[in-house]
Amino acid sequence: MDVPFWNREIETADRSRLETIQLERLRETVGWALKTPFYQKQLRQAKISSPDNIRSLADLRKIPFTTKDDLRINFPRGLLAVDMKDVVRIHSSSGTTGIPTVIYYSKEDIENWTDMLARCLFSTGAASADVFQNMMTYGMFTGGLGMHYGAEKVGMAVIPIGGGNTKRQIKTMRDFRTTVLHITPSYLLHVHTKLEEAEVKREDLVLKKAFTGAEPHSEDIRKKIERIWNIDAYNSYGLSELNGPGVAFECVYKNDMHLWEDGYIVEIIDPETGEQVRDGDSGEVVLTNLIRRATPMLRYRTRDLAYLHTDPCPCGRTHRRLSRIMGRTDDMLIINGINLFPSQIEEVVMRIPEVATNYIIQVEKRGDLDHLTVKVEIYPKLFLGDPSQLEALKGRITEELRSAIILHPTVELHEPNALPVSEGKAKRVIDLRPKE
Amino acid sequence: MKLTQISVFLENRKGRLYEVCSLLGKTGINIRALTIAETESFGVLRIVVDKSDLAIKTLKANNFVANLTDVVAIEVGDKPGGLAEILKVFADSDINVEYMYGFVEKFSDNALLVFRFEDTDKAAKILADKGVKVVTRREIEGL
Repeated sequence: MDVPFWNREIETADRSRLETIQLERLRETVGWALKTPFYQKQLRQAKISSPDNIRSLADLRKIPFTTKDDLRINFPRGLLAVDMKDVVRIHSSSGTTGIPTVIYYSKEDIENWTDMLARCLFSTGAASADVFQNMMTYGMFTGGLGMHYGAEKVGMAVIPIGGGNTKRQIKTMRDFRTTVLHITPSYLLHVHTKLEEAEVKREDLVLKKAFTGAEPHSEDIRKKIERIWNIDAYNSYGLSELNGPGVAFECVYKNDMHLWEDGYIVEIIDPETGEQVRDGDSGEVVLTNLIRRATPMLRYRTRDLAYLHTDPCPCGRTHRRLSRIMGRTDDMLIINGINLFPSQIEEVVMRIPEVATNYIIQVEKRGDLDHLTVKVEIYPKLFLGDPSQLEALKGRITEELRSAIILHPTVELHEPNALPVSEGKAKRVIDLRPKE
Repeated sequence: MKLTQISVFLENRKGRLYEVCSLLGKTGINIRALTIAETESFGVLRIVVDKSDLAIKTLKANNFVANLTDVVAIEVGDKPGGLAEILKVFADSDINVEYMYGFVEKFSDNALLVFRFEDTDKAAKILADKGVKVVTRREIEGL
């Protein structure tokens, strides 16, 4: 098999070389981190007051973990390590409690991230002759713009179409002779069902590859995508706390994702004890970013469950491979590629006076896409006997949810005490999607 | 002059309407008129019963979401054009009908219809002025 390399020297560097780079960059990162109020405190706990205190990679484990809550509490500038004049990009995610998280990038940070992405895309065989249709959402989400930059760096012709409007997506694939897609797996399956409606046949398209990401999916889903579309589909992994897409990516062998160890230090821990698991065991992925100055990130707990392969990949890359994400250690749901915490829904429905205290969140597959239903109980004293009042209430809840969580849910109104209440911690999420 | 209508919220669940009717039946309450306003995901049952105070108390005690609304029941000639005749009175007097439905039974040669008006008091006054026969609470209870 032809194995293309964007940077063969780094991608095939031996372990001691990689570790030398990691140590050097970790020390540099600790130096940047010490400029932020948040990490000054964290590092003081670990008795680290200077990069010189980091003598070996093992010293990383002295540093306390960073969590999503830390990012929220320190919003908006607690992790900013450079002067605003050196910031060229801000990405943000909506938070579960109304407090968002933010990541700043310097010019060099964007270049580093883009270079990692170029490495990812090139390793699948994508090259400058390709036409790249970026079907991920742009905006504050890193998936759209991040990949856009990486694809341009490779020299592909980038179509920044963004998400949605399926018929237009299909016509665009045909008109511009798109060869490579970046898309969530569920949306890619859905698009296939709309070909006929768009009056476009698969033979009219010259698609070769798809980069699928932003939501966990099984090997079976990949096989289905590859079969119905007759393309190669490559899994990808990333999160904005660690720049965005491109932390790990599959090469032409498609046997799980090389995690770029010159850019990130990966640890797999037992989520209960925080201790490292044995080599090859599964646990929570913890990542340290070695290539971002404006918002340093040390030992970030991703809440994603996965494992690292211990055997080498036939492609010759030395960077270890991360398995598919097998689950989460928190209650976060991923619905059509969008992250959703049940608390985000709770926050919206609980501020509507006509809604009583109980609610249920139900997720199921409708065709290939995820569908979200929010069931609420109405508050009897505010019932005026009028169906149009209830329709209006339903419309209001739907609209408020839509603006808070981006997704468009179906809202169901129920009588008080009609929804099941479980003892103790209420079980409010019913996920009916088939388990992989 | 005015009658009490009971509205009951019904979530979209098999047997829910049966449960309301069966509860009223067991309590000895007779339904005089009914209609269901439905949407794709829920319904609102509207009823006029012989013992409305008892009915609302019973429904609430059994955790139904229920509410009272003023309506007017009118006798309409049971013949072609009978309804049109009465609607003309409303149209001429600028009275808005929100909704209407028929009785289950009748106690004269006339048909009985329940009307919900935008402005019940105004409608009641016009009806009295025009000498339209309306059904009293006493009549409903003894029907």
